[in-house]
Amino acid sequence: MTPRVSLLSANELTVWFPNGNGGLHALDRVSFDVAPKDFVCIVGPSGSGKTTILRLLAGLLQPTRGEVRVGGQPLREPRRGTGFVFQQANLMPWRTVLDNIALPLELEHQPLDAARRRAGELLTLVGLEGFESAHPQDLSGGMAQRVAIARALIHDPDLLLLDEPFGSLDALTRERMAAELMRIWEARHVTVVLVTHSIPEAVLLADRVLVVSARPWRVVLDLPIRLGRPRTLELSYTAEFGKLVRRVRDSIE
Amino acid sequence: MTSGHVAFGDMNTGQALEYPEEAAHRHRANRWQRWLLPAGILAALAVWQLLTASALVPAFLLPSPLAVADRFLRGWNDASLARHTLVTLSEVLAGLSLGVLAAAILGYVVAKSPAVERFLSPYIVASQAIPIVAIAPLLVIWFGPGRLSKILIAALIVFFPVLVNTVVGVRSVPQDLRELMRSLRATRWQTFSLLEIPAALPVLLGGLKIGATLSVIGAVVGEFVGADEGLGFLVNVGRGLYDTALVFVAVFLLIGMALALYGLVAWFERQVSWRREENRP
Ligand SMILES: Nc1ncnc2c1ncn2[C@@H]1O[C@H](COP(=O)(O)OP(=O)(O)OP(=O)(O)O)[C@@H](O)[C@H]1O
Ligand SMILES: [Mg+2]
Repeated sequence: MTPRVSLLSANELTVWFPNGNGGLHALDRVSFDVAPKDFVCIVGPSGSGKTTILRLLAGLLQPTRGEVRVGGQPLREPRRGTGFVFQQANLMPWRTVLDNIALPLELEHQPLDAARRRAGELLTLVGLEGFESAHPQDLSGGMAQRVAIARALIHDPDLLLLDEPFGSLDALTRERMAAELMRIWEARHVTVVLVTHSIPEAVLLADRVLVVSARPWRVVLDLPIRLGRPRTLELSYTAEFGKLVRRVRDSIE
Repeated sequence: MTSGHVAFGDMNTGQALEYPEEAAHRHRANRWQRWLLPAGILAALAVWQLLTASALVPAFLLPSPLAVADRFLRGWNDASLARHTLVTLSEVLAGLSLGVLAAAILGYVVAKSPAVERFLSPYIVASQAIPIVAIAPLLVIWFGPGRLSKILIAALIVFFPVLVNTVVGVRSVPQDLRELMRSLRATRWQTFSLLEIPAALPVLLGGLKIGATLSVIGAVVGEFVGADEGLGFLVNVGRGLYDTALVFVAVFLLIGMALALYGLVAWFERQVSWRREENRP
């Protein structure tokens, strides 16, 4: 195997949010590297700084101390090659589904019909053909989230950041969406960092699971998941899978 | 949100999800409700005509509808009515545009900057607290009895509601969508035109609807104080001559003007609004 250079590295990330009594720690010297084409899942209890980590990786937030490097360069602001999927679908209600997906290209002044054509292809990829001219209000939570994923993919990102993208979905839809995301990832081989609070979901999807905790605001476990690919839901009934879930679970206590 | 309007542009997707019985029910309700407004107007006219015909009220106090119609035709034929209407309309439109423009720009700045808000809020609140009737004479003294003072009074009365709605509208833009635009490296202008304007538009248009009717009041107040043309001036003339029919004609024209402006904004609102009708089950 060739030595893998890291696409993304977080070095000693420390974040303080100012509050009434002298500031609140949200992260304390958090470091990790992500290799290209890796699928990394971040799990942790609510309020442990998962969203904060993703916002740092996206360049939406600057750390109080430490730095994020992408491809060796320090990250100062959002970069073009990053796709971000928010905790809520975050679609514009006045735009059609197709125009929501095309938004990133429109902001780059690309020709509108080419952008729409590309958006149409992605809509098919996420299984929503026929909903081009629907408005977000007409979609279910899962459909809206798939639109958001399509939007994040439209400018062919090399890095996809997802913040609990399936958080608001029921268990069955969640499993389907996770499988779909794996399929997209395998087809395109982008680097994925996904935040979730479901441990089995993290183990099923990831090459590596990072566990973060609050007080101390640290990475408490960095666990490689050496299970074969492609993976299916069947895998989650094996003893090996159960053991990995158990290890992640135990690290949180 | 304002009530009652079908506030959704794309009827295809909006209607497709409605249950058929529900749509049919609404259709039936609409069919006979359509007649309520004309019926109400006709009933009022009938009562009015009966009241004047019964001689309970002297004709110089309350002219009959027919007398008012007759006065209208006379005024229309000698072209004076059209001229006065156009004068008031021009004051209203200029005042409304000026007030809306100033309020929208200032409202945007206030919404974006807490410092500006703190600095300006006493003046903004004062601009609302001063009764317009009380400072109208002052404006007429300062800016003369011509159209300019009326335009300024109309602009002033429009200013506050539009300003407040602009601030509320711009502040209501979801933080998450702002963050999305930032993650996509949108420029300031793109965030303004593709996010802030469409997101704030429903609230903004609500303010514009209020402003549209208020601007008519503003222009008339100005004309009352001192003018030699306009519908407000006609009301004054009619009062002096005990020509109550003329007063009625002018008042109806003013009401019509306010309704037309309101209707225009409401129509525009329906064309652009992305908000859902709220009374769906
Ligand atoms: N903009 C902010 N200003 C102040 N404090 C913040 C801000 N964003 C996050 N925090 C605080 O930082 C801590 C971590 O927040 P974060 O949103 O990263 O948690 P999370 O792990 O994503 O939680 P959840 O699973 O509930 O989404 C929390 O205590 C939160 O209150
Ligand atoms: Mg979060």
